[in-house]
Amino acid sequence: MEFSKLEKDLLAAVADLHTLPQGAINIRKDGQAVLRRSSPNIEVIGKADRPGIDIIVKPGTTNEAVHVPVILTNSGFKDLVYNTFVIGEGADVLVVAGCGIHNQGTGVSRHDGVHEIIVKKGARMRYVEKHYGEGGPDGKRILNPSTVITVEEGAYAEMEMVQIKGVDDTRRTTTAYVYDQGNLKIIEKLLTHGNQEAESEIEINLVGTDSTAQVISRSVAQDGSRQEFKAALIGKERCNGHVECDAIIMGNAQIRSVPELVAESAEAILTHEAAIGKIAGEQLIKLMSLGLTEKEAVDTILSGFLR
Amino acid sequence: MLELRNVSLNLDGTNGAGKEILRNVNLKLERGKLYAITGPNGGGKTSLAKVIMGIYTPSEGQVLLDGEDITCLGITERAHRGIAYGFQQPPRFKGLLVEEIMKIARPNLDTVQLRGYLRDVGLCPEDYLDRDLGPGLSGGEIKRIEVAQLLARNAPVTILDEPEAGVDLWTIQKLISIITKRYKGNSQGIAIVITHNEQFLPVCDEIILLAEGSVQERGTPEQIWPLIRDDIVCKMKGQCGGSVYGVQ
Ligand SMILES: Nc1ncnc2c1ncn2[C@@H]1O[C@H](COP(=O)(O)OP(=O)(O)OP(=O)(O)O)[C@@H](O)[C@H]1O
Ligand SMILES: [Mg+2]
Repeated sequence: MEFSKLEKDLLAAVADLHTLPQGAINIRKDGQAVLRRSSPNIEVIGKADRPGIDIIVKPGTTNEAVHVPVILTNSGFKDLVYNTFVIGEGADVLVVAGCGIHNQGTGVSRHDGVHEIIVKKGARMRYVEKHYGEGGPDGKRILNPSTVITVEEGAYAEMEMVQIKGVDDTRRTTTAYVYDQGNLKIIEKLLTHGNQEAESEIEINLVGTDSTAQVISRSVAQDGSRQEFKAALIGKERCNGHVECDAIIMGNAQIRSVPELVAESAEAILTHEAAIGKIAGEQLIKLMSLGLTEKEAVDTILSGFLR
Repeated sequence: MLELRNVSLNLDGTNGAGKEILRNVNLKLERGKLYAITGPNGGGKTSLAKVIMGIYTPSEGQVLLDGEDITCLGITERAHRGIAYGFQQPPRFKGLLVEEIMKIARPNLDTVQLRGYLRDVGLCPEDYLDRDLGPGLSGGEIKRIEVAQLLARNAPVTILDEPEAGVDLWTIQKLISIITKRYKGNSQGIAIVITHNEQFLPVCDEIILLAEGSVQERGTPEQIWPLIRDDIVCKMKGQCGGSVYGVQ
């Protein structure tokens, strides 16, 4: 399979794919799988009834990664895909997802990804999803991922979701169920600018005894962009959950942060921390006193914050 | 030479009324010397440093560096002219690493030097290089990292604002020896240390006593130290009704 320069750049931006990796992979371009390969331990199978794939990781598989990036290059293309991930018992794997849209035209390019992830007993999964958009000022780039994740007994899942510039509109929903001694960590990093809008709604159900969850959201809203962040922790048993959202607001941007804690057990410990503020003047002054210009100081602060 | 001519500074007070922070300050500071600025809390020491760094613009008067009027220059430009200021209370940065800020302070710093400067302020490089400058660091740690940046910058005009705060006695001793070695008799450099430290004050070439926004006294440590001591004794006698502990 030969990729053009444009396609390669998109793949590098969303999945750090500079060369094609070993192992299981599925690359979807404008609604078609252009490359699909299973590995001995990770099966990648097309769904029979609707667009999308099943990724089945055999129990006990360790030190393997599966890459499932999506790219859109046709202006105005609307893509809808259903993906199912099953991480077998005791496995320990990395899943690299992500979507890159290049829209040079005037149409609305849109990708709606519906994901179901099941992390089986005692398994560990790290899931990384980057969103990236580029192209002319007339086209729109929209990404709406929705994910339902189940973290079974004693399993661990870490989801890192990153969107830095380029995507005009995102509505993300993430729903999670965490069972006995399961542990879920969600890290969101977001930067919006121009007139972009981003919404993220997370609901974590701590259904098992001694289940734990942690949500860390770091976001920057610049210019006239708008962000809304909703995080609900629902503790049904003895559990521990913490949400931490930190936002930097600039220009005429707007940020709404809506926390919700629901305890249905007296043994549930749920906490929430939220802060929205502009870059502190002292921080800028400090970096400028080291010789940076004001703009360099802002960039340094933001890139550290979104690291 | 760094010169302040008739510098006054007014800042908005809490109720919006202008507050006089510095009043008609005249100072000529020569290269090759190490200066101490001391004086009571709220006397205007930090404000004076911020006027030199360009963080505060004086309401009246001028700041001159080697004869050039730099009063209108911004912070970045003054940094490029070789002025450096180590904050009394350094701000924190979530996500920015110690190694990164050190390299901002001195872009071409190599790893050996970088580790050396951290050791100079009593920090073990292995433990700190990839630490985040966020709320996870203690006050003393953030302060030492601030001083390490200034050591790394090695700027011709270096102002340290109470470097002893949160730093243990051994480290202070080391810091004093680094600063004196570097700046005393160095025809390129001027060091200004805002300090109350009894070890730092005697080794400086000159002590400037700043109170109520103006220079009260200026002279060698031999001239100034007795005045400060007498003043402390007076104040304590006044406050504690005559009993003074620990000061003869
Ligand atoms: N930005 C500001 N706005 C209003 N007042 C200020 C500002 N900065 C300083 N001041 C006031 O100016 C006075 C001098 O403050 P400054 O920080 O310069 O004192 P200092 O001598 O450094 O004191 P310390 O020994 O406590 O560090 C104080 O009364 C302080 O409240
Ligand atoms: Mg001060």
